[in-house]
Amino acid sequence: MINWDQFVQLTVNGLTDGAIYALIALGFSIVYGILKLLNFAQGDVFMIGSFIGFFVLTGFGGPDAPVMPIPVLILLMFVFAMIGAGLLGVVIERFAYRPLRNAPRIAPLISALGVSFFLQNSALLLFGPEIRSYDTFELGSGEYAFPSSGIQWGPLNLSILRMLTIGLAIILCVLLTLLVAKTQIGKAMRATAVDREAATMMGIDTDRVIAFAFFVGSAISGAAGVMFGLLLDNISNTIGFENGLKAFTAAVIGGIGSIPGAMLGGLLVGLAEAYSAGYLPGGVTFQDVWVFSLLVLVLLIRPTGLLGKTDIRKV
Amino acid sequence: MTEPTGPRIGADEWVARQEERLKDSGLSRFGERLGKRITPPMRFGLLVVGLAIFGIATSDQYYQRVGFNTLYYAALALGLNVVVGWAGLLDLGYVAFFGLGAYAYAFLDSPQYGLHWPTLATMALACLGCAVVGVLVSLPSRRLFGDYLAIITLFFGQIFYNLVGNLNATNGPNGLTNLDPLGFFGLHINTVRQYYYVALVVFVGVVVVLWLVNQSRTGRAWRSMREDSMAAQLLGMPVNWLKLLAFAFGAGVAGLTGTVFAALEVNIFPSNFYLDVLITLYAIVILGGAGSMAGVMLGAFTIIVGLELLSTPDNARLLFYGGIALGLVLWLRPLRWIPIVVGGTIALGFVVNAIATAVWASGTKPTSFGGQSQTMSSWVVELTDPTKAGAYGYAILIGAVLGMTLLKGWMRKVALIPVLYLAAFVWENELVLNPSVTALIILGALLVALMIVRPAGLLGKARVEIV
Repeated sequence: MINWDQFVQLTVNGLTDGAIYALIALGFSIVYGILKLLNFAQGDVFMIGSFIGFFVLTGFGGPDAPVMPIPVLILLMFVFAMIGAGLLGVVIERFAYRPLRNAPRIAPLISALGVSFFLQNSALLLFGPEIRSYDTFELGSGEYAFPSSGIQWGPLNLSILRMLTIGLAIILCVLLTLLVAKTQIGKAMRATAVDREAATMMGIDTDRVIAFAFFVGSAISGAAGVMFGLLLDNISNTIGFENGLKAFTAAVIGGIGSIPGAMLGGLLVGLAEAYSAGYLPGGVTFQDVWVFSLLVLVLLIRPTGLLGKTDIRKV
Repeated sequence: MTEPTGPRIGADEWVARQEERLKDSGLSRFGERLGKRITPPMRFGLLVVGLAIFGIATSDQYYQRVGFNTLYYAALALGLNVVVGWAGLLDLGYVAFFGLGAYAYAFLDSPQYGLHWPTLATMALACLGCAVVGVLVSLPSRRLFGDYLAIITLFFGQIFYNLVGNLNATNGPNGLTNLDPLGFFGLHINTVRQYYYVALVVFVGVVVVLWLVNQSRTGRAWRSMREDSMAAQLLGMPVNWLKLLAFAFGAGVAGLTGTVFAALEVNIFPSNFYLDVLITLYAIVILGGAGSMAGVMLGAFTIIVGLELLSTPDNARLLFYGGIALGLVLWLRPLRWIPIVVGGTIALGFVVNAIATAVWASGTKPTSFGGQSQTMSSWVVELTDPTKAGAYGYAILIGAVLGMTLLKGWMRKVALIPVLYLAAFVWENELVLNPSVTALIILGALLVALMIVRPAGLLGKARVEIV
């Protein structure tokens, strides 16, 4: 007999964790769509974003004695993290990938690996190995209280932070889709993705378009970093690699380079994790194994991912 | 008979000039001239003789251990080179195969399960078993191009780390302990020197096998696949099988090396097989020159000895300033800029240090505490509490180095002066205090810088991208 209360709660938890993976995967997909580059550093940009959020939080008094209303503080955390992470993405692109635009395909991948490792260990050097905590539950106390309870609906406990996470993920996904589909820069991005040289000849400044894509993708990852901190409290320099890996998986499952695919893949990975933690032997310890199995399964059945298009390889 | 000059009949000029274009690739020019007289097998023979003499000559266990490390890293990197350098695939789970080999040895030759297999049987099993697992891992992505392979293998490495870190069978993070020493036909390998020779034998075996494979049609097929897998397929090469075969070879070498590593270490832990090893291996392969066996050996020597030097502050300092000096001599042109930059940096250092100690005496270390580092301490500002300033300095240094690469001409050379001084400041106040993190940061930065400045590495041939 299935315990429905547990099932519903697992689903909600899976969707919120999945929303974070989905956001990193979005940033990853938008870069991949344009450059066909696996940006391994995306996860570490996410990590830096969550650290920026943390320092904004502590800078304005910390979770137990904030100097401004909590919603404003959270908004500020998002703004700073997104701008900081976005700029970091642009810098990475400018110095680590742009010189390799015309190199063999394996070259930028190795460079990306180096950037990821460099960022991860720079964070270790700068912030130390200790785990920092957002102490989100403290947000409910103090002068500017924050409703931490959220909705209690039958067996379901949906905290306001979880709602915020899912809501923001959906909003960002929709905004990104609109950006790519409706705006002029979106059009330029699509043109660059199809054929960079032809786009250049049509008068598109492809370097700027690529830098913009990196900014947007990294900013979304930065937002995901703040969400991660708010939702799961503990951040350290290794969260980038671990969550980045899940996000890559999500992007591949959903169809690499596709925006709705990244969203779908992220949610699926989150759900797979939550259900395996709840129902499968080994539980939390081996959830990675189950996610990996899901990845292999999807690749065996649909090599291009769930929503990916079959790629016609040009010679 | 005279050599015909100019393009031959049937070969177009571009192809005919191939040799000429590749001629000017750094150190390999020297190697080419040498190679006219000594063939590669002879050169390798000389290397092996030298390594064997090194084992006898040094009685210091520390040096023997560094020698052992260099040899097993060289063997590992040669295995990775098959996948990355020859077949052109990105294997980010390579360390897991190394770990599988080590854990295979730990299962079969330790009191853990009461098994004490003969070493050769374990080695053979580890080698073949890893090769099979390598094929299985690459199987789901065999139809696809490199990106999927990269993710699958990266995840595989993570899974391996996760599993051995959590399973009861592997004792989780506490690892497996008290492994048997290696034993061949009743002869037990106990001292570090003996392990050094075992590693040497394994290394020679790996080199010989891989060299033969590389000379065979399989090796040629790998390289043609790396250059253009579609064209290779059209020419009738079984591209999928070639990919799987490359993975099998790489994984087999890693598994074999893992057994030797585990036996010397006696106790193995999941953390022996994590990302830092992977990055070290990639740095070795890329620095040496992906695809070149001699390059990979040179890379292993450079990186492993370099990392070893980094672990003690005095040697690390030597490496750091030596590296800067070497870099200046190699890259700063025209040469008259060298005295300007060096002199400028030294002068700037004394001025800044004098001002800093005068203005903020409480926060800086006194300039003279005798001994060798006296001149050093009156040149670079050393803070009594370097935590914060060191961290800020590090962040500024990254920005400054990146910014400097944007400048052109004489401005870049002038900018070099404060950047060098800042680097020395950060080095003395931050990096040298955290040697293990510093080593990893340097490896990461090295990968990026090498890919941009010199993707061919030290001994690799510059590749011409055909569009």
